Amino acid sequence: MADQAQFSELTMDYMPALYAAAMRMTRNPSDAEDLVQETYLRAYRGFEGFREGTNLKAWLYRILTNTFINSYRAKKRRPDQVDLDDVEDFYLYRRMGGLESVNAARTPETEVLDALPDTEVKEALEALPEQFRMAVILADIEGFSYKEIAEILDVPIGTVMSRIHRGRKQLQKRLWEYAERNNLRPRAETTTGA
Amino acid sequence: MDCDHAIYRVYEYLDGELTVWRRRAITRHLDDCPPCANGFTFELELRRVVVSKCHEEVPHDLKARIAAALGLEAPQ
Repeated sequence: MADQAQFSELTMDYMPALYAAAMRMTRNPSDAEDLVQETYLRAYRGFEGFREGTNLKAWLYRILTNTFINSYRAKKRRPDQVDLDDVEDFYLYRRMGGLESVNAARTPETEVLDALPDTEVKEALEALPEQFRMAVILADIEGFSYKEIAEILDVPIGTVMSRIHRGRKQLQKRLWEYAERNNLRPRAETTTGA
Repeated sequence: MDCDHAIYRVYEYLDGELTVWRRRAITRHLDDCPPCANGFTFELELRRVVVSKCHEEVPHDLKARIAAALGLEAPQ
């Protein structure tokens, strides 16, 4: 069995990030805690097999992902392999009028983004079908490369790209729906009147 | 390079997944095309917002829980 102190020293810094990813996967704190704990146990048991010099963070995420897919998710009905509608590039930016009104003085689109509530952004991400959600979490929240994600999820790079790109656009669609419902959108700055 | 070609590659560009040549061609387009450049910036900003809004506070006892579980695994 690996030395516990050494294992902890090397891996504990990743815990907050693993927990954040686990929250988006499981969608609730107690399952996320269990998932992270189980990930550490499995990593510890398999630590002898971990080759120094390889990517420790990616290795931990691979265990997290596999643990989620194989054990946690097994409690639930296996999700259908779904596909997402094609969503155009720059979806959200276009909806906010970004391409049309470069010269108009108006509140920046980024202010609209900042106004989105945390809960809505989390829910939008959690609403993505699982295979898209995992790819987007690994790319956007964790900053893994396409190649690393392909290794973590054990799918070809082309599949990773397609899932990330489609997932991101679907996320934009959902955020736009929220923005519209709540009348969050860039406003023309009034130059007349008060 | 026209706008559609640049926009089609927006994610690969921002993810740093393009070859040097493709990357350079897009950078040149963005230098000449403020609407596309703003759109690329918007995509980057959206990602920053998603990351910051998905931040989670780790439960204070999780680290201790894991340490305890590992302790049970370790040879006594």
